[in-house]
Amino acid sequence: MSGAGLPAISAAVPMTMVQALRSAMDVMLERDPGVVVYGQDVGYFGGVFRVTEGLQEKHGRTRVFDAPISEGGIVGTAIGMAAYGLRPVVEIQFADYSYPAYDQIVSEAARLRYRSAGDFTAPLTIRMPCGGGIYGGQTHSQSPEALFTHVCGLRTVMPSNPYDAKGLLIAAIECDDPVIFLEPKRLYNGPFDGRHDRPIVPWSKHPLGEVPEGYYTVPLDSAVVRRPGADLTVLAYGTMVHVAEAGAAEAGIDAEIVDLRSLWPLDLDTIVASVRRTGRCVVVHEATRTSGFGAELAALVQEHCFFHLEAPIERVTGWDTPYPHAQEWAYFPGPARVAAAMRRAMEA
Amino acid sequence: MSDREKPLRLHVPEPSGRPGHATDFSYLRLAPAGAARRPQLQVRPEDTADLAASLVRVLDDEGRALGPWAPELAPERLRAGLRAMLVTRIFDARMLLAQRQKKISFYMQCLGEEAIAVAHAMALRDGDMCFPSYRQPGLLVARNVPLDELICQLLSNECDPLKGRQLPVLYSRRRDGFFSVSGNLATQFVQAVGWAMASAIRGDTKIASGWIGDGSTAEPDFHNALTFAHVYRAPVILNVVNNQWAISTFQAIAGGERATFASRGVGAGIASLRVDGNDFLAVYAVSQWAAERARHNLGPTLIEWVSYRGGAHSTSDDPTKYRPADDWQRFPLGDPVDRLERHLIALGEWSAEQREALRRDIEAEVIAAQKAAERHGSLVDGRVAPADSIFEDVYAEMPAHLVRQRAQLREELAAGRGSGS
Repeated sequence: MSGAGLPAISAAVPMTMVQALRSAMDVMLERDPGVVVYGQDVGYFGGVFRVTEGLQEKHGRTRVFDAPISEGGIVGTAIGMAAYGLRPVVEIQFADYSYPAYDQIVSEAARLRYRSAGDFTAPLTIRMPCGGGIYGGQTHSQSPEALFTHVCGLRTVMPSNPYDAKGLLIAAIECDDPVIFLEPKRLYNGPFDGRHDRPIVPWSKHPLGEVPEGYYTVPLDSAVVRRPGADLTVLAYGTMVHVAEAGAAEAGIDAEIVDLRSLWPLDLDTIVASVRRTGRCVVVHEATRTSGFGAELAALVQEHCFFHLEAPIERVTGWDTPYPHAQEWAYFPGPARVAAAMRRAMEA
Repeated sequence: MSDREKPLRLHVPEPSGRPGHATDFSYLRLAPAGAARRPQLQVRPEDTADLAASLVRVLDDEGRALGPWAPELAPERLRAGLRAMLVTRIFDARMLLAQRQKKISFYMQCLGEEAIAVAHAMALRDGDMCFPSYRQPGLLVARNVPLDELICQLLSNECDPLKGRQLPVLYSRRRDGFFSVSGNLATQFVQAVGWAMASAIRGDTKIASGWIGDGSTAEPDFHNALTFAHVYRAPVILNVVNNQWAISTFQAIAGGERATFASRGVGAGIASLRVDGNDFLAVYAVSQWAAERARHNLGPTLIEWVSYRGGAHSTSDDPTKYRPADDWQRFPLGDPVDRLERHLIALGEWSAEQREALRRDIEAEVIAAQKAAERHGSLVDGRVAPADSIFEDVYAEMPAHLVRQRAQLREELAAGRGSGS
């Protein structure tokens, strides 16, 4: 549990991921006058997912405000603000709509420090709800993390629970590098393990739904072993952490589940230590397979754990197709597909 | 198909002049010096529509300053402006030569566009931030940046402040109010708006100045910049330098046919002016007007500077392949340096002797700066920033994977030396 061993800074209260993210921005708006929050529908209305609800009323219209529907404009102005000395926290309404901002993210935010040899920097955070499992269809379900992990100069982060969401977002805002902060919208209001036919469980029933009210951080380059195990290692992040737990239970396999939290740069030591101990590795993500982030994970494990491996590295991912609407659960990598991969890894 | 319906035809704009036959410059919508009115700072954006279609000019062909835009500039300031323009031009010529001598890998001149950046910089204050494209070195010269430091960047040598990471001319000078130039066009235009929004958010008094060329106005960031500047009334000056050419492409292909770039500003709700970019006095006066508007919270101003790209696009370009060789000599707005000199002579503040002495001084200054810079090596002799410095500044702190890659490169380099290669 990531909460274990951390100093108690303030009273923990039950929060959803939405509330935890909102709390992180509230804390940072309070602590740092350079923090500004904006994006489409982010101001008065409080965001289409309510993540910024009440922040404009509390901190004022010049700190938290609505933006035109222009992802390139949102990220482009944020880079200018960051160059001035502010710490913008901007929102792209869905990760599926980040592409109009891709030039600003890749050519500008990611490279500004390098190309100016530190003369200018871009300490900004770009929040984007991502992931499927919500019948979102093609443009409300994508997981474009590989488009960001591939870009040198970016940090890409994805929490899997309210505690990490708040601590990672505060760390992202304080980080002097540009951070792509991906939020699995399927986890906003409760954990989801892929068993869509079962009733929704709220975060209040989950230990990681207990979140300190004040300031704390979760370091950006640290993975965490979510479930210790001896049989094999699962590398996962976001919604797939919960799916992997369900898959392991279904397969009856004592899997060690590593929640990467920071996708890139990542915590290689935790990954390598786990795989060298278990000798088997299953990589799980929602994104499409080919050239997905799982390919990098598999390559890293191969490079660093080759002589400890007792089976080929398995990848459980979305299919290499656009995200469909009606075929949601045939597409979404659920616990049965994860369990099957785990069994293959054990039998190899 | 009925008789009345003719087949549809795609319209593809063409410049009137091509190699071997002269350009018809009547498309330029010129106006006489002194004719354009000077509105109040509080002018409503929609009330600038006529000015966005006209041309603000101060200097006439005899060098007289006419009309409401004639600025009050002391002769010393005019001579300082002339000097900065000449430094820019002579520096360009010298660096072009250095590129032909293979001392530097690449260069871009701003021949013919010197007045725009120089006079604009003189109208701004210290602390205002420019977001230039690659063709505004006059902003640096007007702010008295040491030329040898610029040449070190062009040479990518040991003293290059950008450590050899950027192509020549993509300078970055934060302390001189000059934002890091990117190879990606138009991106900086919207960043300038963000910088200005930040200044307003913090209750500062500084303003931003964004720069874009005619061709790059077709990029989405041009429109993003106009929208955000208008929505938040950002204290920014949005400069469109219409030099008629985007590499080989005439400005009509960018959308300039029977339309001005200034009129885009009016359409976006931004006060907009179209100005003679080769008229030092007009550039200074209009820049000052726009800066005052921004400083008084009256919002952004868009300015189309009408000029002509006197030189090749870059040292990799040959304009005789797509436009008449004598085009610049026939351009109706002339040469900004000649026009300011004519004005100073008309005022009795300049002479042929002073002119020759100034040119000699600047030639000597640029040659001395080049020599000083060349003492620190160049791309050619390999005296560049250390190879393993390529891993620095990707992030604030070097992550583990870059530490590993740096170690690998160091091993490769050590092995290379060991084998004598």
